[in-house]
Amino acid sequence: MPALPLDEAGKYVAAAYVVFVALILIYVAIIGAKIARIERQITELVEDDE
Amino acid sequence: MYSKGLAPLAAAAAVTITTALALVFFYAPNDADQGFVQKIFYIHVPMAIVALCGFVAGGIFGIRHLRSGDRSWDMRSYVAIHLSIILGLAVLITGSIWAKASWGHWWLWDEPVLVSFLVVFLLYCVYYPLRFSIEDPDRQARYSSVFAITAGAFVPLNFIAVRLAEKYTHPRVLSQTGGSMPGEMRLTFLVALVGVALLFVALWKLELTAKHASMQLKKLRNRARVAA
Amino acid sequence: MIRTARAILRKDLLIELRTKESVPAMVLFSITVYVLFHFGLDRDSLDGELASGVLWVTMLLAAVIGVTRLFAAEREQGGIDGLLLAPVDRTSLFVAKAAALFLFLTAVELVAVPAFALLLLGPGLGGAFPELLAILALGNLGVAAVGALVAALAAETRARELIVPLLLLPLLVPLLIACAQATEPLMRQDAGPEDLGRWLSVLTLYDVVFVLLSVAVFDFLLED
Repeated sequence: MPALPLDEAGKYVAAAYVVFVALILIYVAIIGAKIARIERQITELVEDDE
Repeated sequence: MYSKGLAPLAAAAAVTITTALALVFFYAPNDADQGFVQKIFYIHVPMAIVALCGFVAGGIFGIRHLRSGDRSWDMRSYVAIHLSIILGLAVLITGSIWAKASWGHWWLWDEPVLVSFLVVFLLYCVYYPLRFSIEDPDRQARYSSVFAITAGAFVPLNFIAVRLAEKYTHPRVLSQTGGSMPGEMRLTFLVALVGVALLFVALWKLELTAKHASMQLKKLRNRARVAA
Repeated sequence: MIRTARAILRKDLLIELRTKESVPAMVLFSITVYVLFHFGLDRDSLDGELASGVLWVTMLLAAVIGVTRLFAAEREQGGIDGLLLAPVDRTSLFVAKAAALFLFLTAVELVAVPAFALLLLGPGLGGAFPELLAILALGNLGVAAVGALVAALAAETRARELIVPLLLLPLLVPLLIACAQATEPLMRQDAGPEDLGRWLSVLTLYDVVFVLLSVAVFDFLLED
């Protein structure tokens, strides 16, 4: 199959790189949520102590 | 403990990946056969290599865990496998996009990397149900390590077998043969590979830190509850 | 260690002979699957790669049944605790279970392979029989080792019947590739081995890796 013209090829390449970036961002978001939860629980513990 | 060196590592990863992206789009020449579409190679193959190393590392951590009985090794193994599964999914998706763009089909059985990854991915997906169906934490860790070791040994064997099964008549369509890659492409590829590897280690440390903190916190809460 | 292994093996074989739970089911299953393939593929006879593929895929699916039931006796009668309390090397348990699985598979093949030749195989088995035996032997060894390991891994989980096929089948892919590729030229009209050395080496490598790995790792399973 001959190489795709640039505008069509661009869409596929962009899609692949978007997958990569989305993966990183989603992952960081999940870890961020986990850290937020830890923070909340620590605050609770400190309050219980007081 | 786990977050030592995390900030510089993450910074290094960010810098390397940005450099790699710049190289991919402004420096590396277009491939003669596949044209612009070949650029996907610079993201697909590094992720594949790093994921495979991640799975093998998961197995090695499993061995360390079984030999020492120290559950922190199991945690390292779990996170490595977990991250590699996510990367593996990305490998399958980007590989499929590449196949569609350069060959017109969403899947190619002739591509040994893609096919091996499908099998490896299917195997490692069972890690979660296996792990979380065992309640006793000690046993859970032990069985997970056994799985990690078995699957880690399986990965290279699988790759060899799938490669050998490739029909002689179909040339490798998606990958670049190392020999005929021009210097600019090779440099770009190496930078991308280092970038993805650094990213993997950074995310691995990040998740380990979060998990560890969460576990310490749980211990503290239990202690507080008992004391009350 | 050998003595313990042999004792456990004898017990398992006696149980199987008396209850006839695993082997007949595996044979029946294999023949049923051949019938399914006849209807599914809409073919009266197969040769070459189709024949090889149908034979081996059916074999692996039947093996799943055997593996799921491998520790059944221990589970149902609580024999595992007895074994674990006794000062017995886990390795002997592995050897016994793998040997039992190997023998079950061989028994199944004694019926299923001729049945396959009868029902579906166009060219017939005569072409390259000793080579086929070699492939079957090495293949059974790999399935036995991996099967015993997977059976132990899944033994304690609640969703055992689901985990066994999901774990076992991907792990057996390299074995399937080697066996199917090796058997394919034996099932053509002009049967004769091709590339046999290469695939037998792959099979041997697979078997060695997984036997050694399972032996090394088995101690950490079924421990309480």
